[in-house]
Amino acid sequence: MADDLRLTGYRREDGRVGVRNYVAVVPVDDISNAAAEGVSYLIRDVVALTHPYGRLQFGEDLELTFDTLIGTGRNPNIAAAIVIGIEPNWTEQIVEGIADTGKPVAGFSIEGEGDLKTIEKASRKALEFVQRASEVQREPIELGELVVSVKCGESDTTLGLASLPAVGLVLERMIESGATAIFGETSEITGAEDLVAAQAATPEVAEAFMRAFQAYQDFIVGTGADLFGSQPTQGNIRGGLSTIEEKALGNIQKMGRNKVQSVLKPAEAPRGPGLHFMDTSSAAAEMVTLCAAAGSALHFFATGQGNIIGHPIIPVIKICANPLTVETMAEHIDVDLSEILRLEMTMDQAADKVMDMAARTINGRLTSAEALRHNEFVLTKLYRSA
Amino acid sequence: MAKHGALMHEADDDVAVAILNLSEGVEVKVMTIDGGEVGAVEAVEDIPLGHKISMRDVAEGEEVLKYGRPIGRATRAIPKGAHVHAHNIKSARWA
Repeated sequence: MADDLRLTGYRREDGRVGVRNYVAVVPVDDISNAAAEGVSYLIRDVVALTHPYGRLQFGEDLELTFDTLIGTGRNPNIAAAIVIGIEPNWTEQIVEGIADTGKPVAGFSIEGEGDLKTIEKASRKALEFVQRASEVQREPIELGELVVSVKCGESDTTLGLASLPAVGLVLERMIESGATAIFGETSEITGAEDLVAAQAATPEVAEAFMRAFQAYQDFIVGTGADLFGSQPTQGNIRGGLSTIEEKALGNIQKMGRNKVQSVLKPAEAPRGPGLHFMDTSSAAAEMVTLCAAAGSALHFFATGQGNIIGHPIIPVIKICANPLTVETMAEHIDVDLSEILRLEMTMDQAADKVMDMAARTINGRLTSAEALRHNEFVLTKLYRSA
Repeated sequence: MAKHGALMHEADDDVAVAILNLSEGVEVKVMTIDGGEVGAVEAVEDIPLGHKISMRDVAEGEEVLKYGRPIGRATRAIPKGAHVHAHNIKSARWA
């Protein structure tokens, strides 16, 4: 049935397929946000990816910021990118990281020029990029060419019963067609880690998963904090989830029966098709930002109590089976699966409904989050700066 | 309107999930998510939509099963039909 979907997208210079066609302005650091926003005010269809970091970071933390900024610029939903930093060296590193995709990219630095000259120069280049992007045509694509990602948030018991088994079935169908999918949320697997390891494609992947999982456990235990109230969250508790184990057993339903092909570092792009586990936090905006940086063009997001997250460059499809949330937060929900709880919709029918919305979204329909300007771009910070 | 009031992942789990707000004293039919009939249970207190109702008497310290797996331990005795939540079960992890 998935093969019957007529899909269109943007085929990029490196052969990857996007479903949106933005020009991005990537600030290298916090103090370049103003110039990046200046360009996006002047030139239409330009997305400024503002963020609060990029100064005095070092080591693994700096690498992750670079990987996230570069990966987001490389994302196939981006037609071309402008990079603006306070100084030329790090700016050029980001430009080079994006450039080998073959897409147009240009860097500008502010020192010795000031914001206004920088905005003018960058805007002239952005104008050129936007006009060029506006002539890129949608063309037929196959489901199997896509990289997608999946996460849940403000979860409740309806996710494990309904939304996530449906998403798992969608991922089974997509992966059968050759697609690539990313899931993660290391802390939210606590209590179900053996089930994830058992779905690893090889013993090496199972070991890599357990190493990432254990490192996170050690980190949490090492803080000495009681996570109750953070994991499960206050929203989870209000929604009826009592413990991290209960949340985790629901969470992993999104895997479907797919084998886990690899364990990715945060923001690392998968090297082949199938399902991949990324070692991430469970905070929604951080996780979706890392998936976009890893090349995801489309995100499936299941919610129970009503997480409203979006992302500036990838559509986030909101799926919900809680009848109260679907009613009270209707403008945030793209796919209503509450009929599953009444046993009036089978899991196959639910997967069909999600696939239909995925196809419409791929073909250009704005998700609720896109229409509501939910543009959360949130870098994962590993430790404090120098 | 659904004929059932609560759903279970596995028929031998210790808890079911209320799919509507259950008032104290109401008896509801319980089904598995696959559509199997499990029986009926009477709510001995109010249980909000999405929250768990106990399907048996659980002793203090016992594991509580959902998805056929432990989701924590009872911190006090939980009678059949009671609200099962953070006030009477606790994670066995990070503790």
